[in-house]
Amino acid sequence: MTTSPKLDARIPEGTLEQKWTKYRSTVPLVNPANKRNLEIIIVGSGLAGASAAAALAELGYKVKVFCFQDSARRAHSIAAQGGINAAKNYQNDGDSTYRLFYDTIKGGDYRAREANVYRLAEVSANIIDQCVAQGVPFAREYGGMLDNRSFGGTQVKRTFYAAGQTGQQLLLGAYSALQRQVGLGQVDMLTRHEMLDIVNVDGKCRGIIARDLVSGKLERHFGHAVLLCSGGYGNVFFLSTNAMGSNVTAAWKAHKKGAFFGNPCFTQIHPTCIPVSGDHQSKLTLMSESLRNDGRIWVPKRKEDADAIRAGKLNPNDLKEEDRDYYLERRYPAFGNLVPRDVASRAAKERCDAGFGVNQTGEAVYLDFAFNMKYKYGKKEATKKGIQNPTEEQLTELGKAVVKEQYGNLFDMYQQITGVNPYENPMMIYPAVHYTMGGLWVDYNLMTSVPGLYALGEANFSDHGANRLGASALMQGLADGYFVIPYTIGAYLSNEIRTRAIDTNHEAFEAAEKSVRERLEKLKNINGTKTVDYFHKRLGKIMWNQCGMARNAEGLKQAIADIQSLRAEFWRDVRVPGGVNEFNPELEKAGRVADFLELGELMCHDALNRNESCGGHFREEFQTEEGEALRDDENFGYVAAWEMTGDANWELHREDLKYENIKIAQRSYK
Amino acid sequence: MSGNMNLTLKVWRQKNKDDRGKFETYPVQHISPDMSFLEMFDVLNERLINEGKDPVAFDHDCREGICGMCSMFINGRPHGPLQGVTTCQLHMRSFRNGDTIVVEPWRATAFPVIKDLAVDRSAFDRVISAGGFISVNTGNAQDANSIPVPKDDADAAFAAATCIGCGACVAACKNASAMLFVSAKVSQFALLPQGQAERQERVLSMVAQMDAEGFGSCTNTGACEAECPKGISLSNIARMNRDYIGAQLSTQKA
Repeated sequence: MTTSPKLDARIPEGTLEQKWTKYRSTVPLVNPANKRNLEIIIVGSGLAGASAAAALAELGYKVKVFCFQDSARRAHSIAAQGGINAAKNYQNDGDSTYRLFYDTIKGGDYRAREANVYRLAEVSANIIDQCVAQGVPFAREYGGMLDNRSFGGTQVKRTFYAAGQTGQQLLLGAYSALQRQVGLGQVDMLTRHEMLDIVNVDGKCRGIIARDLVSGKLERHFGHAVLLCSGGYGNVFFLSTNAMGSNVTAAWKAHKKGAFFGNPCFTQIHPTCIPVSGDHQSKLTLMSESLRNDGRIWVPKRKEDADAIRAGKLNPNDLKEEDRDYYLERRYPAFGNLVPRDVASRAAKERCDAGFGVNQTGEAVYLDFAFNMKYKYGKKEATKKGIQNPTEEQLTELGKAVVKEQYGNLFDMYQQITGVNPYENPMMIYPAVHYTMGGLWVDYNLMTSVPGLYALGEANFSDHGANRLGASALMQGLADGYFVIPYTIGAYLSNEIRTRAIDTNHEAFEAAEKSVRERLEKLKNINGTKTVDYFHKRLGKIMWNQCGMARNAEGLKQAIADIQSLRAEFWRDVRVPGGVNEFNPELEKAGRVADFLELGELMCHDALNRNESCGGHFREEFQTEEGEALRDDENFGYVAAWEMTGDANWELHREDLKYENIKIAQRSYK
Repeated sequence: MSGNMNLTLKVWRQKNKDDRGKFETYPVQHISPDMSFLEMFDVLNERLINEGKDPVAFDHDCREGICGMCSMFINGRPHGPLQGVTTCQLHMRSFRNGDTIVVEPWRATAFPVIKDLAVDRSAFDRVISAGGFISVNTGNAQDANSIPVPKDDADAAFAAATCIGCGACVAACKNASAMLFVSAKVSQFALLPQGQAERQERVLSMVAQMDAEGFGSCTNTGACEAECPKGISLSNIARMNRDYIGAQLSTQKA
């Protein structure tokens, strides 16, 4: 297998340890006087976008940031719960840059680039330093030092956190840095704006068309470079843990204008989410992976007990220890409840499909804190307080206070959504769509296949392979924004110092705006009989059933046909109320769902092409006897980069993945 | 739709910021008690669209109570009847079958209505731009553990930092004061060693911007604290007032 000539990853020469250090010191620079004349457009204000905007503005570039929300602080990074990984080795438990690199590659089931991941591990420590300097209030120990917790797929404690709202604290840190630059006039912040196309001039990306969501007006913006930091596309499934507004539109428009899409079928289904309760549901809610530090996952050993629990005849608290099946601890003794997400999700599905599910739909397992509340925290507190021979009730009470401090906001959220008190009863959880490892294909500089167009954070495909480890999304978003792009963008912009700002009356801007306008008018004028949500829900069902936790060739082929006909129906029969030139949330949604209807098809093509199982991509035809994912490194050890060659037509380009520093093996957590 | 609750909604409808606006009444049927308040609005909007009418515009995004985008003044209270809960996390089981529910936008001069229940809260961003940060450029930081922070201080800073910037404090206040929001950010940094260098300048700049945005004064009523979905404490306001007076007396810039 050889890499397609259209894909040059531009990975620097040298040993793994030297690549970034050396590259960073030799990448061309732009002098401060020239930076002032170079304009950079950033789409999205989450961890990647806000950190890139702040860092680039600090360097002196002229930056414009766009977000569809009413403030940069609302970006969905805010909802990340558990934490952020960094190879600080503060716990003295054997962590190192290499180990974080190794865990990430292995966790991703050997489908990520070595050089990118090593760089990520290298800069991880700087991120924590930067955030602390910004005043991000991470959790601390009594001596005033930073605390860590464990996450899945690792055997060290390297996750920094702020209760169950780490994403919020990190984003507010980046947002503060961004707003500081807004105040200094270095950043022009355009909220309630949505990017609806990129503009290419002479083969380079030179700007965007954006819609002012309040007035409905289309605007043209020039940039010497454009950074897409627009997040993932989990909402193609309708029900996901993503925010309602999270969408693929920016990335998809770029894809349609030449940016290749990498590994679109690599979707992360998160094992611990609040189960679906009914048709009315608009989204699913995550219960952080950090809960698996202290929560033990189980279902009843016997089917009759599961039946009794479902019928409400048996209280799970009354089920004896020996009648419970702690199936993760049973199947994966080395990692136990802390196996990676893809493994934990499949194991939950396996038990539920076998009839051991514990809620009315049969699609839920328990995440139980009673044991650790009592015996881990309760005992510790009792010893600290000098309580001799504490009763079981005392232990529970003492432990509850600790659990509340660690996860209070998550427990409150659970109770609010389900109406059940998780301090008294085990949580019920089930896997749900959470994150997309796939995204725009980028080279080592984070540049897409369109010169001058970059993708950062979840919007790119680069670092997580076929499965992302917990607490690594925040790490990647901030690494890309604070510590990678400020250097790598020099490789491109140093050649652009003679490029004057292009007048937005240029014909390329004219044409792009015209096509955006026509599409909006078209959506508006269909005037059919079904709402946007009606189509979105149907698309979500197809994707979840055929391209979700388990996939097979037949189902994927069916899904492709179903999506094609659903897309045709959408363009014939959708109803979008209101006008184009006004505040119109339904019109925004319609445009996003129209893009999802195209993306969904590509995801199915990609899943169908990949005749192996790896990470979150589980093809039923390819599994070991024990039901684990069966990779085919020889034939599929590549990144699938899809080029759009026409309407719903794609050509596949392969980037061969070479492992020079890691011995590639079947992933085992047993 | 699988539910048995029937409700009457009185919803504020306003085309744009210049429109006068008025209440419209909408009956909604077959609402499940497990729905969130916003999902109930999804049901209403789905119906309005099918009837060829204009759906109700409202802000929302994460629906997990953390992004701060959702608002809605429900039966006279921001984010509705529960304490410590945002509108997106408010579920219909908190209401009774047959209830009439009145829903309005945040009302404050500094938060002009965009449409219906959506308001413009960009004043908050400008207050942050005025000083809600620590001036440290990327790459300047020393090792994170080189500054020990006592756990209690870190916890208190975190508690202040959990503000989601939703604006409920402003909506709850009879003066439309933003003191709780501003003081939460001032406190977060005032409690941390990293925030000391700019402590005085920060509070002066942020308060000046807050006043310039047209927020009202604080009269220590405490409605903001009572209605804050994240339980931000009134003691932050006391800390900010103390810092402000101190800064005014001691800096040459004041």
